[in-house]
Amino acid sequence: MAALEVRDLQTHFFTREGVVRAVDGVSFSVDRGQTLGIVGESGCGKSVTALSIMGLIPKPPAKIVGGEVQWEGRELTTLSERQLEDVRGHEIAMIFQDPMTSLNPTLTIGTQIKETLRRHLDISKDAARKRAIELLDEVGIPKPESRLDDYPHRLSGGMRQRAMIAIAISCNPELLIADEPTTALDVTVQAQVLDLLEELQASHEMAMILITHDMGVIAESADDVVVMYAGQIVEQAPVQELFDHPEHPYTEALLGALPQIDDASGRNQRLTAIRGRPPDLIDPPKACRFAARCPHASSGDSCATHMPELREIRPGHFVRSQHPASERAGKRVEVTA
Amino acid sequence: MTAFIVRRLFWTLPVILIVIFFTFVLMRQIEGNPFRTSERNVPESIQQNLEEKFGLNDPWYVQYAKYVKGVFTLDLGPSLVLRGRDVNDIVREHFPESLELGGLAMLFALVVGIPLGMLSALRANSFLDYTAMFFSNVGFAIPSFLVATLLIYFFALQWGDVFGFPTSGWTTWQSKVLPSLALGLGPMAYFARLTRGTMLETLQQDYIRTAKAKGLRWRRIVAVHALRNSLIPVVTAAGPILGFLITGSFIIEQIFAIPGIGRYYVTAVTGRDYSVVMGLTVLLSIIVILANLVVDILYGILDPRTREART
Ligand SMILES: Nc1ncnc2c1ncn2[C@@H]1O[C@H](COP(=O)(O)OP(=O)(O)O)[C@@H](O)[C@H]1O
Ligand SMILES: [Mg+2]
Repeated sequence: MAALEVRDLQTHFFTREGVVRAVDGVSFSVDRGQTLGIVGESGCGKSVTALSIMGLIPKPPAKIVGGEVQWEGRELTTLSERQLEDVRGHEIAMIFQDPMTSLNPTLTIGTQIKETLRRHLDISKDAARKRAIELLDEVGIPKPESRLDDYPHRLSGGMRQRAMIAIAISCNPELLIADEPTTALDVTVQAQVLDLLEELQASHEMAMILITHDMGVIAESADDVVVMYAGQIVEQAPVQELFDHPEHPYTEALLGALPQIDDASGRNQRLTAIRGRPPDLIDPPKACRFAARCPHASSGDSCATHMPELREIRPGHFVRSQHPASERAGKRVEVTA
Repeated sequence: MTAFIVRRLFWTLPVILIVIFFTFVLMRQIEGNPFRTSERNVPESIQQNLEEKFGLNDPWYVQYAKYVKGVFTLDLGPSLVLRGRDVNDIVREHFPESLELGGLAMLFALVVGIPLGMLSALRANSFLDYTAMFFSNVGFAIPSFLVATLLIYFFALQWGDVFGFPTSGWTTWQSKVLPSLALGLGPMAYFARLTRGTMLETLQQDYIRTAKAKGLRWRRIVAVHALRNSLIPVVTAAGPILGFLITGSFIIEQIFAIPGIGRYYVTAVTGRDYSVVMGLTVLLSIIVILANLVVDILYGILDPRTREART
């Protein structure tokens, strides 16, 4: 059974310029112990989706105007703030992109771990301290006893993100949402932090939502993948299926942007791919949102007038496009198991 | 931290020397001396005797050296105008009132201003916020003598029977209320606006979102995560303001007939009573310097990053 089930989530920002449809009808589920990867370029609504689940969207201007977030059979969108506070950090934890700004600069690492422990668990000060040391050790921070009394600025970016992870897993959450956890880190540190997350996920039997704009990260860590574009899901499939048989032109472009292992120039050349920009999320066109950038859309088809449905093109593989790869030029790709 | 404080204290020395030097130079720019004013008709020989007695004929660097020595042995010298009175006496007798007035005004400004600013930020754009900020702007804009006059008019005269505040003096606690309010209103309004601004900014920070994501109670987020960071700019501003309140209360002292040091300062300047002007300037400079030292120490406590940069 799915631990988290998001159904037709709609989160809009009510701004002076108009209503920004940042998340516009997103549905997915995450099973226990599984990793769902959410991928898409900057501004497509990944963070807002995550914050909506946590009840952390800035209200105002943002508001969840529709949909459901079912967590272990409970509807989170209708919980009171106090009830949500009991879920956050305890059942669902979250880590953020920038470890430089996500920790409070005026409190020690120890304080910031211990306050989480003492908020959710009935635990003495001494026990919290001991547990905090164990946690720092677990996330691979050397000399955890002395690190406990350090302020965040004494730690490198990678170490800070490890400290953030220690805070997040401190109360043994069942779901960890990681919003671009490696984006702000040095390339060499990125892989280590990703490995750590995978390790912890296994040892803590957590479900994970891993948000990234990097298909490489998805390939390495995700079980299932959601590809987002302009506030919507455009493709959804198990990771192997998605990489073997990408259907949506946008996914293909993202994968094309993924550097090959034998690519001497490394990761620097990422996002060769897609020309153009996503549409404005204020009054988006009643059309395929990708049409303007789609290499397969032509003036004769309905891409400019009709919004394609997210349809199940193969069992477990969903796509929102009139020109999925397997249907182009009348071809159908043979799928082998 | 201790090393930092010791070093800061050490650095106040040259600052004080420079303050003495500039006061000295400025006073010498003024034509004449207290014994050669046109109003007085003092015989030439007596003038010369007096100038001799007070060392006014010495070269300036000798006068300066003598004076510096005096300051560091806590002897600010005799008044040139008030016969038989030392600057030390004047300070001892009248400075406590000014200190108390400035201190009470500061207390009022902090204790009311900071919570008001916090409340405004937490209820940003509410009726409460607009009301508080309206009165803060008014309080900041109107000069203290007008505030003092209005306070006296309403709370000492018009409704004097109800409140029982006297119109002047500095004796009972009742007599201290109106002057402290009048002097503290401006800084109070300033602290309220400053706290509101920094608090709103702090609440936007990523680490506040982290604190929420940890499920912390809102009360703790405000008290532990937001307030501390919001107070850093407030503390920075508090040092100079405290110095200003202690040293800049002439007008309020005048209006409420408080026997503080401000009155002596003004009469000493117009009467060219060098030693009193010098003594008070040096004293008040030291106060401002100490207030800033306290600020730096508090700053280090509030913000660990600066603490390390300095020790
Ligand atoms: N505070 C805000 N006010 C208005 N619009 C916002 C705000 N925050 C985000 N948005 C909109 O929501 C969209 C999705 O943002 P986000 O979820 O942060 O993207 P990303 O996928 O990069 O995490 C953005 O395109 C932006 O237009
Ligand atoms: Mg984001």
